[in-house]
Amino acid sequence: MATLQVELVAVERTIWSGEASMVIARTTEGELGVLPGHAPMLGQLADGGVVTIRTAEGEDLVVAAHGGFLSVSKQGVSILAETAEIAGEIDVERAREALRRAEAESGDDPEALAAARRASSRLRAAGQDA
Amino acid sequence: MAGNLRALRRRIRSTKSTKKIFSAQELIAGARIVRAQARVEASKPYAREITRVLSALASSASLDHSLLTERKNPRRAAVLVITSDRGFAGSYNVNVLRRTEELLSLLRQEGKEPVLYVVGRKGETYYRFRDRAMAETFTGFSEQPSYPDAQAVGRALIDVFTAGEDDDGSDGAGADGVLGVDELHIVYTEFRSLLSQVPVAKRMAPLEVEEVEEFDYEREDRESGTAAGSADSGVPTSYEFEPSAEALLDALLPKYVTTRIYAAMLEAAASESASRRRAMKSASDNAEELAKSLARQANQIRQADITQEISEIVGGSDALVSANADD
Repeated sequence: MATLQVELVAVERTIWSGEASMVIARTTEGELGVLPGHAPMLGQLADGGVVTIRTAEGEDLVVAAHGGFLSVSKQGVSILAETAEIAGEIDVERAREALRRAEAESGDDPEALAAARRASSRLRAAGQDA
Repeated sequence: MAGNLRALRRRIRSTKSTKKIFSAQELIAGARIVRAQARVEASKPYAREITRVLSALASSASLDHSLLTERKNPRRAAVLVITSDRGFAGSYNVNVLRRTEELLSLLRQEGKEPVLYVVGRKGETYYRFRDRAMAETFTGFSEQPSYPDAQAVGRALIDVFTAGEDDDGSDGAGADGVLGVDELHIVYTEFRSLLSQVPVAKRMAPLEVEEVEEFDYEREDRESGTAAGSADSGVPTSYEFEPSAEALLDALLPKYVTTRIYAAMLEAAASESASRRRAMKSASDNAEELAKSLARQANQIRQADITQEISEIVGGSDALVSANADD
């Protein structure tokens, strides 16, 4: 079976790289699934989005990615994010706390709104409802 | 004589204890270099990918973004200087600041008014002492910069650059009422090796198109390196864009600038530690040498004291003997 070479890189380090059978992401235009042989594409990930990488072994890797881009080329898929966290590494309690705090002080402050979106995407990636 | 000896012993003790501080600093700096270098390495995949995306975008979209186009009549230029928060780093800060002065006078010659943005407490004190205006300062993270730190700096610079877009040729602030800048420069210390760190000045914006082409080579190198057998690597791939190429460029370029600031900060942090380790090494060597020569002096004085004491005793007993003989 054909696979995609996927690289998930955050600014400070490479989070994950390996073979995958499918990548599901949400760009600013809408939900998108990438299978092997996809046409070359560049997309901007929606803020507070969740990216799912189905690995070659059939496992689903759910990642909360913020401020990112998706680039599909012949060589594979690279996901660029300012920060990214794999579901298993997310501290649900802290994310919930961050969401509460951000919502409490939000209003129209763009920083707080962004923080709220980040927190809710972390919660969704971890499989909780936000 | 004895008082002199005591003073010398005290100096030896204090030299030895400062030496301990220096060598502890040296060890800390040594450990930090390793960590800083690891962080530089860890940040490279992202820089490489974003460059790749940008060059793919640049080959497809028309390059008329404000971060890419040269302004007609540049009046003001922002200069970001990266210095350290703490001293004890030898000539590290002096070199960066000297390079900055060169850049500033060059800019003034070209008729552009420089606006200073300073990272690090040492740079801040330098300019404050000289009563020079600074637009903004950022301190507290020079040794271990994190990406949010770089974002804060990047946001400030991109904001002021965007504000400069509608400034008119004179000192007017333009439609938005904010006096912006027309160019962004950065001065930081490049980490070449453990022994050589060189202060460099680079222009960040407007980005030069040559640079984009240069990245293209990098990308091709990488592709031919990793994907052997992809015969079509010479043909530019035509990408689909989601959203439009222009919107992507809008979102991507500020991030790219921030990434470059972050990379510069990481390099500067590695250089700072390397420079500090070298300075601390020579300081502890000097302290060692000083303690040795002081110990030698102290020994000489001690021996002279003993000799004098013996000759006094001998002299005294001789006098007694001769006095007794006279009786």
